[in-house]
Amino acid sequence: MLWEVDVLSADSANDHAARAVVKGAADLGIAGCTSARAVTGWLIEGELSRSDLDRVAASLLADPVTEQFTILELSGPAPTAPDAAGTPPAAALPHVLHVLPKPGVTDPAAQSVLEAMRLLGIEATAVRSVRKYWLPELPRADAERLAWKLLASDAIHDVVIGPLPLRALSGGRPWAFTEAEVPLEGLDEGALAKLSRERCLALSPLELSAVRDHFATLGRAPLEIELETIAQTWSEHCCHKTLGSPIDHEGPDGAVRYDNLLKETVFAATREVREALGRGDWCVSVFRDNSGVVRFDGDHDICIKVETHNHPSAIEPYGGAATGLGGVIRDVLGTGLGAKPIANLDVFCVAAPDTPAADLPPGVIPPQRLLAGVVAGVGDYGNRMGIPTIAGAVAFHPGYLCNPLVFCGTVGIMPRNSAQAEVRKGDLVVVAGGRTGRDGIHGATFSSIELTSDSESQSGGSVQIGHAINEKVLVEFILEASRQRLFHAITDCGAGGLSSAVGEMGASLGATVDLDKVPLKYEGLSATEVWISEAQERMVLAVAPGDWEKLARVAADEGVEATAIGTFTGDGRIELKWQGRVAGSLDCHFLHDGRPRQRLQSRYVPLPATAPAWSATAASPGATLLEILAAPDVASKEWIIRQYDHEVQGCSVIKPLLGPGEGPADATVVRGVLGRDRGIALGVGLRHRVGPLDPWQMAAGGIIEAVANVVATGADPDRIALLDNFCWGDTRRPESLGTLVEACRACHDVAVDLGAPFVSGKDSLNNVFAWTDAAGKPRELSIPPTLLATAMGQVDDVRRVVTPDLKRPGSRLAVIGLTRDDLAGSQLEALGVVTGGAVPKIDAPSCRKTFRQLARAIRDGGILACHDVSDGGLLAAVAEMAIGGGIGATIDLGKVPTLLEGGQGRHADLAIAFAESPCRFVCEVDAESAGRMGEWLEGIPWAWVGEVVTTPAVTITGCFGAEESVTLDRLARAWRSRQAST
Amino acid sequence: MLSPRVLVLRAPGTNCDHETVHAFERAGAIAKRVHVHALAEKPSLADDYQILCIPGGFSYGDDIASGRIFALELKTRLGDLLARFRDRGGLVLGICNGFQVLMQTGMLVADPDGKPRASLAHNRSGQFTDQWIRLEAKPGKCVMLQGLDQPFDLPVAHGEGRFVARSAADLEALSAAGQLVLRYTTDAGGQATNPNGSAGDVAGVCDPTGRVFGLMPHPERFLLATQHPSWNGRLDGDASGAGLAIFASAVKAVS
Repeated sequence: MLWEVDVLSADSANDHAARAVVKGAADLGIAGCTSARAVTGWLIEGELSRSDLDRVAASLLADPVTEQFTILELSGPAPTAPDAAGTPPAAALPHVLHVLPKPGVTDPAAQSVLEAMRLLGIEATAVRSVRKYWLPELPRADAERLAWKLLASDAIHDVVIGPLPLRALSGGRPWAFTEAEVPLEGLDEGALAKLSRERCLALSPLELSAVRDHFATLGRAPLEIELETIAQTWSEHCCHKTLGSPIDHEGPDGAVRYDNLLKETVFAATREVREALGRGDWCVSVFRDNSGVVRFDGDHDICIKVETHNHPSAIEPYGGAATGLGGVIRDVLGTGLGAKPIANLDVFCVAAPDTPAADLPPGVIPPQRLLAGVVAGVGDYGNRMGIPTIAGAVAFHPGYLCNPLVFCGTVGIMPRNSAQAEVRKGDLVVVAGGRTGRDGIHGATFSSIELTSDSESQSGGSVQIGHAINEKVLVEFILEASRQRLFHAITDCGAGGLSSAVGEMGASLGATVDLDKVPLKYEGLSATEVWISEAQERMVLAVAPGDWEKLARVAADEGVEATAIGTFTGDGRIELKWQGRVAGSLDCHFLHDGRPRQRLQSRYVPLPATAPAWSATAASPGATLLEILAAPDVASKEWIIRQYDHEVQGCSVIKPLLGPGEGPADATVVRGVLGRDRGIALGVGLRHRVGPLDPWQMAAGGIIEAVANVVATGADPDRIALLDNFCWGDTRRPESLGTLVEACRACHDVAVDLGAPFVSGKDSLNNVFAWTDAAGKPRELSIPPTLLATAMGQVDDVRRVVTPDLKRPGSRLAVIGLTRDDLAGSQLEALGVVTGGAVPKIDAPSCRKTFRQLARAIRDGGILACHDVSDGGLLAAVAEMAIGGGIGATIDLGKVPTLLEGGQGRHADLAIAFAESPCRFVCEVDAESAGRMGEWLEGIPWAWVGEVVTTPAVTITGCFGAEESVTLDRLARAWRSRQAST
Repeated sequence: MLSPRVLVLRAPGTNCDHETVHAFERAGAIAKRVHVHALAEKPSLADDYQILCIPGGFSYGDDIASGRIFALELKTRLGDLLARFRDRGGLVLGICNGFQVLMQTGMLVADPDGKPRASLAHNRSGQFTDQWIRLEAKPGKCVMLQGLDQPFDLPVAHGEGRFVARSAADLEALSAAGQLVLRYTTDAGGQATNPNGSAGDVAGVCDPTGRVFGLMPHPERFLLATQHPSWNGRLDGDASGAGLAIFASAVKAVS
């Protein structure tokens, strides 16, 4: 029997979902949708009576004070009956629209209801959630538009306009074993390319021919499951295919030949830094495990990883971002013998929120909806996990319209001496956590393929929905099992599912797996689907047979399902079994070392230098400052920050918003351990506007910005770990690959010069979108070359950190670092005030000198406030400091240390005020310490430029004496002018 | 004298348990995390404790309504354990999700017929919010709010914290009974800080005995000055935060 319980807020004024529908309909230009009611519905199947349902509704589903419920028997009246969907809550709302998850899509709330009903002694066979909207009479086309543009995502939802035709929530049927061979013999390059495309394998003809030849020597064709395993393992997502390639590069320094680009640039930098550190090397495990591990204090190591989840988020922002975060949390959990996740960060790159709907290619989600979706996804998942989301950024650029970037990062902490883990022969293969369903099939290969306007329909199956509570209990289980040392090794089930996790763990030993032991969400999965499913919230552990019972007991105590599905054998083969038969058998050596590497060609020709061209209508510095503060990149992200719990775990020291005026922080700082004073500082750097102009300077500038952020809080510049996340366009083109090579070279040089090793990284390539426009012309949009640099610093004593908010009237303001004529890629350029000119150039050795001396000044307690100068330049930095402190400042642009030539009138003022020259800081220094600045900053360009004042305004004196004052209130309003969320 | 013992009760999805244990320890108690499944298997575990605290989090995912499944589990598997705990002189504290759980159990604000006079609903904004607010306590008989410096700041972090009374008369009855012991108030600049649209600015409620107390703000997130968003350059980094006083008040009451 199938029942529906509808829960409705008793007071329509509190129906938030209905309000969102009315507002959304107005935004979409749908007339006549002036009121609505939203219902939370539950479809409940089982041998149940109406009185059972009454009890479930009254004690589980509806609040007795704020909600009311109705019960419908769906197995009852025909769907054509006038009241088949129940009685409308108002006469003016006769129409009904349902949005429900597609069969097989994870439905956490329904799962909760199913399990909680058991507490009432009522057993249902299935539950599904449904969102139901009562609407005024609308043309069907309008209802459809409302549904698909606002309420539903066709990757994961079904929409039913009118009564639900459902009479049962049927499950699947068991899959009968078939041995599916994929003949490759005799296929030429064209045929192999076609096969790869049709099967969504993302393998090149060269790679497929290696597979063909390997199986030819075995005298048989590969089975589907074997081919899929190879495709997952050889995917760009799993093995840095492009970055690890041999490359012939033609650049400004002549021809360079790489055998492995990544090893010879990023990894090499880490090796050189570690060698220079010698016995003082504080790296523990880098570029080996699921995250990079470094020393923290006498008892603990800390680790960090940043991942991208771009392609899934482009299709389903909420689920894509949530599972992106879920995945990187598992990376940390799956490091060494398990680390405790203690902080998250997120960075989003999107197109401007006000991009006109007419400019959207087909299948592309409007940027504002996308941003709201990814923010909600990260918030809902991170908050449920009880991990504070403490750092991040949002960057806007038209190039991200079709390929938005979603970066999620996690920091973890673990006891010392637990970073090394090794699978032993005879260990059990144990899968723990969520059950396996058809979720996310082909995620790994999908993220390696470019998106097209058809991606939404082709790739719906690759979208996963997170179930945070499953991951939360998994974390509790793993940390307890780790404390008791009940496993030898662990990894997360991410891209490629079990095939990648077991394949990786068994890379040298081999493993046999009984696929029919894997617990399933529902029947009907084929052996291949079980093996490559990317169902979320699963970990794989290597467990000694003698520890299995203890481990199973810990799992049961925490309410986690753990199942032994096989053994790490030691025979160097991956053997898959299904219903007692061999379903696939692969040689580990071929799987991990058999991929043919192709030598790639890359070219980079620098753009010719240009002189800056000024707009004839350039406004005054004060008026321009207001515009800059309201620019999307600079404006307050409070609407995002507040949706994240950034204080859970109780270790917060520098929050993303701080001071009496709630201004922005540079980096955020948390204690590593409750009750101890050693801290971790997290900062990010992203110079996306410089990317298209100069990839070397873009990458170098991002790294310097990330490091400057953490140094500004008082972190030790000699203990900064770096992470790289490369997001690029179509690197199959030599020109595009050339910019990637230049960025890798920059990473090497800057990391070595700073003495800051890279400890982990990830890349996401082929962020290109192809479509056919209204005129029938093929079009294509690529992202700008983007490196996200993340810096994880360490603070000896969190009680001595420094924040950017101004503290005391009467103290003095200093600017550290040189301001140059380098406005290309700046916010001033984005505003159209100036065009062209030079990009900001990095001199990393002198940056290191500045970082070290500033750190000394902070350590000596001389600095009251410190802010790194980045987007929006000097005046934006001073304004942010004033907003945070709730007090005013004066600044004399004529005193700023600069290499700019004088005599350009207003342009000189604007260039000094808004240049984004790297490695500069604004410091507030109290009167007593002012005399020591010269000693602290010996050999570094710096100058006194103003004072902190009680007057609530920023007063700017131009190079030629002109004075202009902007009130704090106007500055704060401009900075907070972009708070619209949904 | 022996230190009081605190049972920090967790369920799947509880996530403020470690810092809550830390808070009670700083206040001089011995605190232990206990899983609700373990307590259900052996209810006599509770006999060893003087304070039972349900900390913040998203128990069971909170996908239906915050705290509902945890409360249902307490009612169906532990019966009147919490009431007996209170009646034998114990204190029960619910923080954020723990407050939502206590409200759902009916221990805090039931009318004489046992029906709830109030509930916690979705924030007026419809969104989760993490922000600092200012509070004023009228402790009356609430033993966990004694001896606090007023007003004081704490952070909130929730999506469902709006206190809603069944009617204006119910709100008045709870107020008259001295149960509405903690309210959001105005900040230094005179701005209201009620973060969620709570009726009567209610942030925390005690039961008629004063021995069961729940609040939406997180006192365990303000044990140290360095947890305040404006501490830097303004507060001594070694000073205590206002939240510690609530744990100290609870510990003192059972010492």
